[in-house]
Amino acid sequence: MARKLIVIGTSWGGLNALKTLFPHLPRGFSLPVAVAIHRLRESRGFLIDLLQKNSALPVMDAEDKMPIEAGHIYLAPADYHLLVEGEKFSLSVDRLVRMARPSVDVLFESCADVCGEGAIGVILTGGRDDGARGLARILTCGGTALVQNPETAENPSMPRSAIKATETKNIYDLPELGKRLCALDAANRNRLEREIIYDKTG
Amino acid sequence: MQQQETDELEIDLLCEGIYRRYGFDFREYSRSSLKRRVNNLLGLERLATVSELQSKVLHDTRFMERFLLNLSISVTSMFRNPEMYLAFREKVVPLLKTYPSLRIWHAGCATGEEVYSMAILLKEEGLEKKTRIYATDFNEDVLKKAKAGIYPMSQMKEYTSNYIRAGGKASFSEYYSARYDNVILDPKLRKNIVFSKHNLATDSSFNEFNVIFCRNVMIYFNETLQERVHKLFHDSMCRFGILVLGNKESTRFTPFEKEYQDIDSRLRIYQRRK
Repeated sequence: MARKLIVIGTSWGGLNALKTLFPHLPRGFSLPVAVAIHRLRESRGFLIDLLQKNSALPVMDAEDKMPIEAGHIYLAPADYHLLVEGEKFSLSVDRLVRMARPSVDVLFESCADVCGEGAIGVILTGGRDDGARGLARILTCGGTALVQNPETAENPSMPRSAIKATETKNIYDLPELGKRLCALDAANRNRLEREIIYDKTG
Repeated sequence: MQQQETDELEIDLLCEGIYRRYGFDFREYSRSSLKRRVNNLLGLERLATVSELQSKVLHDTRFMERFLLNLSISVTSMFRNPEMYLAFREKVVPLLKTYPSLRIWHAGCATGEEVYSMAILLKEEGLEKKTRIYATDFNEDVLKKAKAGIYPMSQMKEYTSNYIRAGGKASFSEYYSARYDNVILDPKLRKNIVFSKHNLATDSSFNEFNVIFCRNVMIYFNETLQERVHKLFHDSMCRFGILVLGNKESTRFTPFEKEYQDIDSRLRIYQRRK
């Protein structure tokens, strides 16, 4: 069984969207979350601090070969691509992908490869179309695709491109998106508990 | 067998084939990045599968050269992370001034931007005459570019801004001359730099160094290979030598964590304990 991982991609308006979304993920949330947000090359701890104020879960920049832990929120560091490498993260300074580093597509595609049906991809507000290809790959590999409602997104372009590429019907406003993620998390925990009981009895 | 497993198998076979045919060892490279680069190449060369790529790589040495170049397309800049250079000036240079001579190793120097950045810093700190910089990479084509020291004019705005924030003491334009769309760096900067081929995955230690720079190179390696390289660095480092890593790399997830103390933990400047 592949591991489960939520990957979130966003750009213009992303900081506000994440600040709205994260309070919906309560303490005890068990899925790990990795975020690729287009950010300034030299950004310091400012973004992490802001997001941490709005989250019950620990928020941090991902580092190379850092183990992916349950209930943690990891950000792709400024000026690096973030990739999933088995149970860990890996970074790259390969050239920009569609003018972005970190690139949402890079994160999503590697998540799809490694997590298969355990991949949960979420596209939020942003200009242009980064993430559309990555979200399509997640679906092809059996994962789940969720997209912020373009009507209520600060910039509808990334959500629209993602919907067009995947034809997904899973389109939500941010608070509902939070509820959907909690439901997926609850389903995951029930499965884990069943497996533990099964281990003990069988 | 699922598609992903077939992909994995094909990449395993490709790496094994390259190692046995050419001696380049990608077997312990970080798989996610390697896969991405290989897939990019499939697109560029209009090949359908990694097995087709393998056939071309094994039979066509010119294709192999292209393949190698595409596998080393990391993109860096002069004075990348200016804060690190500033901290290096303030916290490491005073120590370096106490040595009669200095050897610095830039491991995995790629196209050389960061090597020249260090050469400039050393010159401004009056250390260039007693220093030799060894800049190494496994890829000869990339080394040629590094030796040439020619970079696009379009980058100079960014490099100049980096240089200023890195604590530069002169005007950055003094270090290059422009021609058409490119600039060439002052050849005098190259006087104390030795460019040579060295493969971190397969070659051994070749000298003892006061400072080792290896920034954003090991992110392309898996933990087995990272451990090998950390051992190589530890074996190649004099007592109280300085290790500088990329700003999202650390000794933390390696067995060598306790061998170093922090000079600046945020900027990933470490010092060998003894």
